[in-house]
Amino acid sequence: MTTATAAAAPPRTWRGNRWALFGIRRAARLAASLWTLVTAAFLMIHLVPGDPVRAALGLTASPELVAARRAQLGLDDPLWRQYLHFLGGLFTGDLGTSTITGQPVADTIGDRLPATLQLAALAFLLAMALAVPVGTAMAALTRGGGRRAAELGFTTVSALLAAVPEFLLAVVLAYVFGVRLGWLPVAGDQGPGSYVLPVLALATGPACVLARIVRVEMLSVLGHDYVRTARAKRLPPHLVYTRHALPNALTATLTLGGLLLSALVAGTVLVENVFAWPGLGSTIVQSILQKDYPLVQGIVLVYGASVLVVNLLVDVVLALLDPRSVIREV
Amino acid sequence: MSPRRSPRSSPRKPHAATPRPRWSAVARTPLGACAGLLLLAVIALAVLAPVLWSGRASVVDTGALQQGPSGAHLLGTDNLGRDILYRVLVATRLSVSLAVAATLLGVSLGLVLGAAPAVLPRRAGRLVTSAVNVTVAFPGLLLALFFAVIFGVGAKGAVLAIGLATAPAFARLTHTLSASVAGRDHVAAARTLGVGRLRLLTRHILPNIAEPLAVNATIGAGASLLAFAGLSFLGLGVQAPDYDWGRLLGEGLDRIDLTPAAALAPCAAVVVTGLAFNLFGEAAAAALGIRTLRHRTTSPRPAPQAPSKGSDRKRESRPVLLVEDLQVALPGPSGWSTPVRRVSFTLWPGEAVGVVGESGAGKSLTAMAVSRLVELPAHVTAHRLEFDGTSLLGPGPRELRALLGTSMAMVFQDPMSSFNPVMSVGRQLAEVAEHHRRLSRRSAFEQAVDQLRAVRVPAPERRARQYPHEFSGGMRQRAMIGMGLMGDPKVIIADEPTTALDVTVQRQVLRLLDTVRTERATAVLLISHDITAVARTCDRVLVMYAGRIVEDLPAAGLLTEARHPYTRALLSAVPDLDTDRNRPLAVIPGRPPQPHRLPPGCAFAPRCPRSDDLCRRKDPRPVTYATGQRVACWHPVEGEPAPKAPPGQGAAEHGGPGPRLERAANGDVEESTGGPTV
Repeated sequence: MTTATAAAAPPRTWRGNRWALFGIRRAARLAASLWTLVTAAFLMIHLVPGDPVRAALGLTASPELVAARRAQLGLDDPLWRQYLHFLGGLFTGDLGTSTITGQPVADTIGDRLPATLQLAALAFLLAMALAVPVGTAMAALTRGGGRRAAELGFTTVSALLAAVPEFLLAVVLAYVFGVRLGWLPVAGDQGPGSYVLPVLALATGPACVLARIVRVEMLSVLGHDYVRTARAKRLPPHLVYTRHALPNALTATLTLGGLLLSALVAGTVLVENVFAWPGLGSTIVQSILQKDYPLVQGIVLVYGASVLVVNLLVDVVLALLDPRSVIREV
Repeated sequence: MSPRRSPRSSPRKPHAATPRPRWSAVARTPLGACAGLLLLAVIALAVLAPVLWSGRASVVDTGALQQGPSGAHLLGTDNLGRDILYRVLVATRLSVSLAVAATLLGVSLGLVLGAAPAVLPRRAGRLVTSAVNVTVAFPGLLLALFFAVIFGVGAKGAVLAIGLATAPAFARLTHTLSASVAGRDHVAAARTLGVGRLRLLTRHILPNIAEPLAVNATIGAGASLLAFAGLSFLGLGVQAPDYDWGRLLGEGLDRIDLTPAAALAPCAAVVVTGLAFNLFGEAAAAALGIRTLRHRTTSPRPAPQAPSKGSDRKRESRPVLLVEDLQVALPGPSGWSTPVRRVSFTLWPGEAVGVVGESGAGKSLTAMAVSRLVELPAHVTAHRLEFDGTSLLGPGPRELRALLGTSMAMVFQDPMSSFNPVMSVGRQLAEVAEHHRRLSRRSAFEQAVDQLRAVRVPAPERRARQYPHEFSGGMRQRAMIGMGLMGDPKVIIADEPTTALDVTVQRQVLRLLDTVRTERATAVLLISHDITAVARTCDRVLVMYAGRIVEDLPAAGLLTEARHPYTRALLSAVPDLDTDRNRPLAVIPGRPPQPHRLPPGCAFAPRCPRSDDLCRRKDPRPVTYATGQRVACWHPVEGEPAPKAPPGQGAAEHGGPGPRLERAANGDVEESTGGPTV
């Protein structure tokens, strides 16, 4: 008894430390990644072989115009000064101006980002909303080696669907539902109906991958002793599945879901181009083709930062779901 | 997707004895054969198509612009009247070769980056690793776009971009694979022999990771193909007049309403080729790495015995548990086996009965079957299975839940794994009251705190909010018992509750069970392989062997009145203070039989010193003696006349079965008036 009370005292102080350490580590990791991202984006314009301004303006542009544009972009300054200027601009929200339109990059991004975010968020939610119940139900159906046909059908269909890249699926969806059946618009943002096809194209692959993971994780969790305990408490099956098994299965699902979400951010680039969606994805491709480097820089920063934020969020959610993960790290 | 598949393609084992798995084994699996054929077809097409049809693919037919499928043009024509089918076929070479080139670049770069930490000075190595870790977090397509900006628009730029974008993932893979190989004995041996780091890498590590790398490179080629199609589709890859599938798709998409084949055909080509690479890689991973051949159970179920409904005739004092001819059948690779056979016993209120036997005797399975926790595919049948007068065989799980949830408590072996790791302990206790007694969340939690206090968990208010991993082992098991007491249990079924605990804590837990029993008149079914613990805490002992109860006797008479040779053997295998420590411990010779290979006669006969022909031929039925003792043996040991009341046994204090019955009869009244006071 005495040992137990003695052992009971330390955790309280420890616990605070653990979370603090966790926070510090995550912040440090984020800072390092952000710095890498910012520096890479900055260096990009300098790594382009030849003169980026000449490349952007074309061979016919007059040397005066090129010189003026170089001066405007600050390309004649020493590299360290440009770097400091770039960093300073980031803190004040100044991402430079587009060499093509002359508009501030931040404004263009502000215009286009919401459309992309909506697409990515809806697709992620749809993927999760499909994958978790389907995966759980499949685990419940196929546990104990039952219903082999259902298992085989599920694994085959999900593997095939997951192997089709989102932009090809987008093309097929556009053809079937847009051109053939004429049910839904296939280009641009023309109201709620326009969301259906891009979101479906983006969500299908991740939903299949996630559903597979959820099933496998659930099957392994259902074999754990604490699920037996929950059954021994005679909780109804839906509580055993949702309250006791699912949170434990979700940790792995979320880790992978985070990876998929950041892949989804990239997937929007292609899908937006299929559906002429007025988002960042179609903008970055245009600006790469037009050699509008400041705009490319800005969008790369936004994409990169959103990936980093997603990864951080996944880590935090994981830590909240499974308090042991905080300790394991410290 | 990037090649994050290291666990599936675990590096091959370096044992010299095992034959080297061959890639031809891949072709022998159905999936591998299909994928291999598909891949061969793609490669043949890549080689031959441009030679055969590049002329036809570029013929401009101004008489047939943007036409649908026809005899002359099977998939129709594009905006210049060129045949779509031939263009798609000819594009195979460029699409595949660019993807392969990008993959080779990525893999070799990844190999260098991944192996560098093993060769470079520590600090530089760590820098490389963390750089890889940062970049690997970004999706490949974003990296490819980034590099495409630097290397410019065009096929060469796209190869470089995709190659560089896949490198971090392969670097990570190389790093983890070589780290796992570096920990192996033969590498450690080479290191102690003074083999240089570079040589270690090239001679010992790289050959061992070559196979998983190759498998992942195959899968990676599929991913590169898709990425390349994406870049070309966006207009960042292959430029006119060259064409690959991605560019054909990009051109075709604009006219998808006129000539859908122009967009759909390259789509199909990309998907099929990507699948060929992917599936071949996966099949190779499965064939070379872990064997995933599944054994199917094809044996039929035994005809389930018709469960008798069980009489509802009430008795004056009814047993808490009445078990008659309980059987558990399990499907196995060689047919059904019955690890629990015709088990019958009765548990009276307030009684503590121990179940002992070697591991595999069917003790735990009996407990799970009695509590209706056995799941499919196992199959439980019984002549009678009654809990407190209610048959557990008839009603569905819904009705049973209400009954068993409050009046049957389970305690399991490993308290660490038996608690849900992501729920606070208090919440897990409260859940019972919340669900079965419809208490509010708050009052259920208060009850949980009270219950934790009752089972002597210190600082229960704080402890209730903690997670299982913050509890010590003994405290966890006490909390587990507390969880059982959240209802108002008539029986606690404890399955090896002390096995995972150390000796001093074992005592505490057993004492707690005993306290609960005496104060609440709760019956206890204690399953244990520790015969001394059972003798100390129980009134009666059931000895199980090979799925059957071979002896049922009062714990008090265990040492003197045990008649079954197996019980005797178990007892003599227990060391005590008088045991000569210079002699080897007494053991029972032989092993218990496997449930699917039971001998026709007595299951213990092959190990029994008293066995004869009869034992090997016929299985003995249990015989009940006047004392209530049951023994299933043809030649029971006729022990020396036993003393009537052996000293030092717990049963003397609690009284024999007789008085217990009386007490149990008023037990209900006591409980309902006095309330639980543990």
